[in-house]
Amino acid sequence: MKILIVDDFSTMRRIIKNLLRDLGFSNTHEADDGATALPMLKSGDFDFLVTDWNMPGMQGIDLLKAVRADAKLANLPVLMVTAESKRDQIVEAAQAGVNGYIVKPFTAQTLKEKIDKIWERIEAA
Amino acid sequence: MEPAKATEEEVLARAEELIKEMQKGNEQTAAQLLDYVHTAKENLLFQEVGKMTRQLHDALESFRRDSRIDSLAEHEIPDARQRLSYVIEMTQKSADRTLSAVEETMPMAEKISEQAGNLGQTWKKFRNRELSVEQFRELSADIETFLTDIERDSSIMKNNLNDVLMAQDFQDLTGQIIKRVITLVEEVEGNLVELIRLTGDRFAKPVEDNEADTAPEGPHVPGVGVKDVVANQDDVDDLLSSLGF
Repeated sequence: MKILIVDDFSTMRRIIKNLLRDLGFSNTHEADDGATALPMLKSGDFDFLVTDWNMPGMQGIDLLKAVRADAKLANLPVLMVTAESKRDQIVEAAQAGVNGYIVKPFTAQTLKEKIDKIWERIEAA
Repeated sequence: MEPAKATEEEVLARAEELIKEMQKGNEQTAAQLLDYVHTAKENLLFQEVGKMTRQLHDALESFRRDSRIDSLAEHEIPDARQRLSYVIEMTQKSADRTLSAVEETMPMAEKISEQAGNLGQTWKKFRNRELSVEQFRELSADIETFLTDIERDSSIMKNNLNDVLMAQDFQDLTGQIIKRVITLVEEVEGNLVELIRLTGDRFAKPVEDNEADTAPEGPHVPGVGVKDVVANQDDVDDLLSSLGF
């Protein structure tokens, strides 16, 4: 399982990377905003995307929309991990086709639950 | 007496004299008096305007001096900016230091747990008399290696934990810096309020924030700003499930 972690803060990327490793996902890659992430996603065979929302350059929500608009990436599971906590934002992310939404600060348990749930849904579909 | 330096009373006295002279028909004296009164009045008006200009100037000057606006704009706000950048730098360093210690310690803990598990199973076999002499020799060599490894690794782990502990020293320092910046922000706020008061509330009404409803706002701070914010992950989950997630 190849996972891309997108966040502008390197410490947050490291935290998510370590939590994912603890959950058994050790093949993780990093990008610091949507503009860097999109070409990586297009050229690499990623199985999962974890992205922040508020980033310089390309925002996470725009990355999500770009992923859903790309024929090859349209079905990529996307988990948003962000400090953005307005109801309108969560609704917008849902409408844009996000698979999971975690608000920061979050726990290792929450991350595990959301990832498990995303896989359950994908396997059930 | 020079008309330019005449006081109000002197002008009044000359004016009364002027009326008397006119009644008497002394046109020449009357003309001189009229001239005097006219010049004096004009000067009084100028003096009045001058006084008001001076007062206004003094008010603005004293405002500048009292409020330290120059110093705030030239030094303290750039200083505050630098201080806050330093806070980011310190918290970043601390997070990196902590993460490095954790990243080094985690695999050690995992290795110890795995090795202890394996040894435990073999030990159980030994207790059940299921081991050959050769296997027992192997076990005792493994135990010896395990103990040496633990001694070395636990010392590294202890150092790493100590490092995590020491990396928290930023909290005290950043706390002090942020407190200073809060004091500065309060002072600037006070000065802005005073400025608005001096200019007689002639500012336009605050413009409503027209930013799109879903533009990123960063972390929600309890008790500050935006409405319609979820309180925690449970709220997010409820909202999403109401949308059919």
